[in-house]
Amino acid sequence: MKRAFPILWVVTVLLLAYGLYQALVVAPTEATMGPVQRIFYYHVPCAWTAFCLFFTNLFASVVYLIWKNNKADSLAVASAEVGVMFCTIVLITGPIWARPVWGIWWTWDVRLTTTLVLWLIYVSYLMLRRFSDTAQTPVLAAVLAVFGALDVPLVYFSIWFFRTQHPQPVMGKGGSLAPAMLHAFLINLLAFSVFGAMICWSRFRLETLKREVEQAHAMESLGGPGVPETTSLPLSRSAR
Amino acid sequence: MNATNFLIAAYVATWVILGVYLVSVVLRFGKLRQQLRELGKK
Repeated sequence: MKRAFPILWVVTVLLLAYGLYQALVVAPTEATMGPVQRIFYYHVPCAWTAFCLFFTNLFASVVYLIWKNNKADSLAVASAEVGVMFCTIVLITGPIWARPVWGIWWTWDVRLTTTLVLWLIYVSYLMLRRFSDTAQTPVLAAVLAVFGALDVPLVYFSIWFFRTQHPQPVMGKGGSLAPAMLHAFLINLLAFSVFGAMICWSRFRLETLKREVEQAHAMESLGGPGVPETTSLPLSRSAR
Repeated sequence: MNATNFLIAAYVATWVILGVYLVSVVLRFGKLRQQLRELGKK
């Protein structure tokens, strides 16, 4: 699996480059909004990736609450952090699109407000992980993650349940998108999904390494060998 | 500011956020590896 890691990164970069080319060059310019509509090719895939990562966080948190599995806890931290990053992009690119189209940067619309609340919930999750250092922190964080994930479907379905200023879906029921636009959108959706998964995997490896270092520090303070025997990193093998 | 500038701003903002985050992950990796190496020497 470790050999596949750099190859998958190369594939991800190629997909992102192709997606960028499709979004800026191949996709036709929308008649009403003009070139600013192309923000959609990044805004929506980033939102989709953030939702997937928050669901990964929910799944990992539930696994941790049931089985107390440390790898699930590491995955929960990794997916929440990467999800917050993608949600930040959504909250920045959205107002940049809204300013020329709506004439305002922000409005307290249901979709926008629930997205901001979602971002705040996961920022508070990361704050809890960062600044609380008790044995109960992973359990408290997992419970917060379960309740936080309830906001994800609320964000997604808010445009059906409430009258909002946010554009309606362009795919599926009631939506229509020109084939060239749809192609550019789907390529970027795939590219950002893979990219999100790759960053989450990298962050998961970082979290695993962090826990190994903490374990090594603990063993050293107890007078034992610094690097734990269980560590599987090539670097720590060479250090022994 | 015309519409193209907003488009450029959105794409640049996206890649700056992604780039800064990726660099932070790489730096944290390097720091932890250094710590692990130092612990192995002791």
